[in-house]
Amino acid sequence: MADIALAPRRAKTEIREATAWDQLRHNKNWLGFWFMLPAMAFLIFFLAYPLGLGIWLSFTDARIGRVGHYIGTENYEWLWDDSIFWLSVFNTLIYTFIASAIKFAVGLYLALLLNERMPFKALLRAAVLIPFIVPTVLSALAFWWIFDSQFSIISWSLKQLGLITQNINFLGDSTWARICVIFANIWRGVPFVAITLLAGLQTVQPSLYEAATLDGASRWQMFRFITYPLLTPIIAVVMTFSVLFTFTDFQLIWAMTRGGPVNATHLMATLSYQRAIIAGQLGEGAAISSAMIPFLLAAIMVSWFGLQRRKWQQGESND
Amino acid sequence: MSSVQIRDVRKSFGNFEVLHGVSIPIEDGEFVVLVGPSGCGKSTLLRMLAGLENITSGTISIGDRVVNNVQPKERDIAMVFQNYALYPHMTVADNMGFSLKLRGAKAEEISTGVKRAAEILALTPLLERYPRQLSGGQRQRVAMGRAIVRDPQVFLFDEPLSNLDAKLRVAMRTEIKELHQRLKTTTVYVTHDQIEAMTMADKIVVMHDGIVEQMGSPLELYDTPANQFVAGFIGSPAMNFLKGNVKVNGAAYFEGPNGIKLPLKSAPANSDGKPAVYGVRPEHFTIADDGAEAEIVVVEPTGSETQVFAKLGGEQVVAVFRERHLFNPGDKVRLKPDPGLVHLFDDATGKRLNS
Repeated sequence: MADIALAPRRAKTEIREATAWDQLRHNKNWLGFWFMLPAMAFLIFFLAYPLGLGIWLSFTDARIGRVGHYIGTENYEWLWDDSIFWLSVFNTLIYTFIASAIKFAVGLYLALLLNERMPFKALLRAAVLIPFIVPTVLSALAFWWIFDSQFSIISWSLKQLGLITQNINFLGDSTWARICVIFANIWRGVPFVAITLLAGLQTVQPSLYEAATLDGASRWQMFRFITYPLLTPIIAVVMTFSVLFTFTDFQLIWAMTRGGPVNATHLMATLSYQRAIIAGQLGEGAAISSAMIPFLLAAIMVSWFGLQRRKWQQGESND
Repeated sequence: MSSVQIRDVRKSFGNFEVLHGVSIPIEDGEFVVLVGPSGCGKSTLLRMLAGLENITSGTISIGDRVVNNVQPKERDIAMVFQNYALYPHMTVADNMGFSLKLRGAKAEEISTGVKRAAEILALTPLLERYPRQLSGGQRQRVAMGRAIVRDPQVFLFDEPLSNLDAKLRVAMRTEIKELHQRLKTTTVYVTHDQIEAMTMADKIVVMHDGIVEQMGSPLELYDTPANQFVAGFIGSPAMNFLKGNVKVNGAAYFEGPNGIKLPLKSAPANSDGKPAVYGVRPEHFTIADDGAEAEIVVVEPTGSETQVFAKLGGEQVVAVFRERHLFNPGDKVRLKPDPGLVHLFDDATGKRLNS
């Protein structure tokens, strides 16, 4: 009994005010900060810093081997009057718009097809991914040969069929060159769209289609009223990525045409590389790259609103 | 409304036959429950009725029309799915009006139809909500509303209550039955829960391994099960089965396990010494001095009744009493089945022996 009576008094003397350090040690936000730090450092060093540096460079007259001086918006003023720059902007927009639209259409079609019951489904799904796993430069080289002015298999086949008498100058004619690079980009980009949309399709409950069948929906109506609306969130994601990748495309163009003929296939990314690295005008190249930012931000804004949770996706709230 | 005739219907998936010739007549306005354990083919049969599965052989007719080759939407049926299958991106009103919209109905016509169904099911305040914002019971009602809007010849229900909690299930059971009494639409209802079947059905069809074991009104099935499967499936707690032999030694009786003597009102003809299964429902035991001795194992009082698990001739049986017995485990009691209410089944075929 005596022990018990004494115990609280002794305990009391040991209680002390928690120091700031104690509080910090038990603070979950502080701990969270430390967990976040590696990822943050990674992003800052490898994304934010180069981006910042690139934007800074665009305001200097830096060249390879020479530290630049701040020259204000001179690079941009120069570009404003540069018809080749505007051509590259036009090319990039055309390239992105046409390629993305066709990638979406073909990708959605393939996804719907692969979602059906059919023989060798697993094999076909794997086959669709092939263009995606081949390294870009490798496929670009293959296309380069396919569209070669002398040895093109397409020209050869058409000649054998007697449809043409002369080789088509695929990469030498500006219209043909644009069609060719867009085709190559579509070929590479379709698998990503198709497989992602297929994943989205598989989350749609089969019983919804059964219910729709009983409700009297035709195949088209099922797509229009069930599949498509349920797929919109994933379409927003996949098309944002597709647009961003296409807009910033470099490898395919550089390997196939280097921007030619007569700059007809120069995209902003390839022009920037040519001006900055080949010609050594780092400041000007950086300005071209930085000029892509507003376009990319616009694309992201579109997807931002597209990605907002739709009302029907929300949980048990009573609004 | 119309009648439905299922005649010798078979269904195979590849070489595997899941339905072996099922015939069920369903009258106009009848509430028929298909009940059986998982894998008995009841859901497959319902889906064949809906047109979601094709019919391998036999015929299904709705009204006077054989529907084997009729598109689901032309069959004029409506189905409530187990997971409700509500369109998540449509409001309750749009979900309910979807079939009318597809039919090309005018906006006013759709809204009148939806409002009528919503009033029947007390869904009016929820019409602008999305399925995600509804509770399980509300979603269930929307699924029924979608069926009602179409004003079909036949309602099909595929285990509609199995995703609900116990209390809601009892409430919805009553609601569905009430709805049927009001609309009087022919209904085919699939469940694995025999209590649902007993409480709701005009006619129960007990299915097992792709065949119909027995068909009849709930009480018919309860009182005179055609075989041991139906006897064991209908009723809760389940009927007790004791193996032994029929004896006709002056008066007829049944010699159960370890030689215990169980009463029989009369023996079937030529059954002296025949091996059989003696079935007695838990509530048909009484405690009497001339009963067979049993040892209490567990007593479960539920308030309204007392469930007693006991060893009778070495076999565990369950007895239910309306009275409150204060037994202790290990106590000896004398249990006597009511001879007028016991069932005898053939030991080999499981067929009912007594009338």
